[in-house]
Amino acid sequence: MTAEQIAQLVIEMDPASATAAARLRCAGAWVVQGIAQLERRLEALPLTGEGNAVIDGSAISALDTSGAWLLHRITRKLEQRGRSVEINGLRPEFSTLLKLVASSATAAENPLPPIPGLLVRIGQQTWRHLLELSGMLSFIGECAIILLRSLMQPRRIRWRPVLHNLQTAGFEALPITGLLSFLMGVVIAYQGASQLERFGANVFIADLVGLTMLRELSPLLTAIIVAGRSGSAYAAQIGTMKITEEIDALRTIGVRPQELLVLPKMLALIIALPLLTVYTDATGVLGGMIMARAKLGVSFDVFFDRLGDAVSLSSFLTGVCKAPVFAAIIALVGCHQGFQVTDSADSVGRQTTVSVVQSIFLVIVADALFSVAFNWLKI
Amino acid sequence: MSTVAEQTRDSGAVVDIRGLNTRFGRNVVHDNVSLSVQPGEIFALVGSSGCGKSTLLRTIIMLLQPVAGSIRVFGQEVLGLRDEEALPLRRRWGVMFERGALFSSLTVAENVGMVLREHTQLSARLIAEVAAMKIALTGLPADAGAKYPSELSGGMRKRAALARAIALDPELLFLDEPTAGLDPLSASGIDELVRSLRNALGLTIMMVTHDLDLLWRAADRVAVLGEGHILGIGTMEELSRLDHPIIREYFYGPRGRAAREQAWKKK
Repeated sequence: MTAEQIAQLVIEMDPASATAAARLRCAGAWVVQGIAQLERRLEALPLTGEGNAVIDGSAISALDTSGAWLLHRITRKLEQRGRSVEINGLRPEFSTLLKLVASSATAAENPLPPIPGLLVRIGQQTWRHLLELSGMLSFIGECAIILLRSLMQPRRIRWRPVLHNLQTAGFEALPITGLLSFLMGVVIAYQGASQLERFGANVFIADLVGLTMLRELSPLLTAIIVAGRSGSAYAAQIGTMKITEEIDALRTIGVRPQELLVLPKMLALIIALPLLTVYTDATGVLGGMIMARAKLGVSFDVFFDRLGDAVSLSSFLTGVCKAPVFAAIIALVGCHQGFQVTDSADSVGRQTTVSVVQSIFLVIVADALFSVAFNWLKI
Repeated sequence: MSTVAEQTRDSGAVVDIRGLNTRFGRNVVHDNVSLSVQPGEIFALVGSSGCGKSTLLRTIIMLLQPVAGSIRVFGQEVLGLRDEEALPLRRRWGVMFERGALFSSLTVAENVGMVLREHTQLSARLIAEVAAMKIALTGLPADAGAKYPSELSGGMRKRAALARAIALDPELLFLDEPTAGLDPLSASGIDELVRSLRNALGLTIMMVTHDLDLLWRAADRVAVLGEGHILGIGTMEELSRLDHPIIREYFYGPRGRAAREQAWKKK
């Protein structure tokens, strides 16, 4: 950048007397791209003293609002130190600009809002979380009422979106859930094989794979995948609809958003997740079975014989009966977080993340509670 | 419009468009459109909805690629420009979008300050001060800077968007529907603002608008777009004397007449 393109300020002052007049000669381009250097030097400039100050602006080649603001700031600083300031030689269009900027100055005096203290922030956060909790509870309550009302009048249920959700959340999840559970079966059989081989208890691989998959892993794994796949989609969809005021539009038309948006999703997931769980039970056991033959030489016939003895109907049912509960958790959390979106793109991303984290967390907590309850009931 | 105009380039013009053709699939939006905007001018594009006004604006600011033609801004051809070549040009213009397009995760002051932070080496304090000054310039109250766009009304959001558009003191300002969706009082505030900005900062302003009051009160020259062509170009008085059916409908419809009468009364 040449000297022409940057703002310059030369101060002529008599160092001997503090009351002498100071002369400030401004030159160059006082524009947003040219004032950075001057601004950095400004703090160090000797502007003290009491006498009059004359600012000579005749050599300013260009001035924009940012440059004018800087000039205004220098003037104000001089005035605050008790000098009276006179500006000379400024081109008429520049002095108009300076006046315009100075007129908006009062607003710019204190641009930074105060930052609240630690205690205030802790209080605000606590209050926010409490509100969130009560919001979640009332959301669950509302949804439960609407669910009961709809179940009493099944004609009012919107079956089209239910079927659509069955397809997107259920049918389209078949490949990924099937593949992952198959691999999980392979891994469990592989890990178990070397242990069982040591005791010559090869055939018990069917117990190991069957029980872990059917009772625990397959429902949990499916729920986690569905939470990541569909729970996040629910939050993002409802959140975006909230930003575009579609939710408000639904309310004004007289349609409850929960009835149209939450209920079909929840019903579809409550139907889809147990079915998916049965399917992942099968693929998981299949994975284990293939591994058992490859690693331990347990043939499919022997494996099936053993599986029938090892896994009772109740073991299968304990796994599957968790699925509807997980489904309700995922749908409720996803939709609720969607409704929590405020008017910014940022907030859609945040609530979507929260929905996945919260639903996976709650699914695992619920699974633990199930384990305790089943243990207590001796199932 | 004329074939002569297509050959002679207007070298002094801020925006100079020649033989522009834009198409979306088979739908022809602009068919051989030519116009030029002079320095210091408030130039308005009008026309019925869907006639390609906003498309033209988006083509000039390099958001859309036309099929054929030439667009020069500050004498530089913008079509086919690479990103790094376009950057110096982009610093010289400011754009205000129809719906504000403020970054929703930043406060108004941060929205304005972000542009300054990206393109200058000013200190954080000066940036905050300049941002607050720009916000005040557009007529927003002092506390608006700390608010998020979602907390503002439509009119305030437009002003905030304008504050961001003028953050770098651009020489050329593009305004897409600056008064759409505003109450008459806010809209006339925008009229004043556009004119005072031009007078104080020496801006060239190119705007798309439906607002006849704004056209009468602020625009120096107006181009009417319709059927893919420019149907007329000139001052409002010149245009109102033209005999094209679409232009007559535009200016002599019930609302056009009222705005025109008011403009005459003022003079």
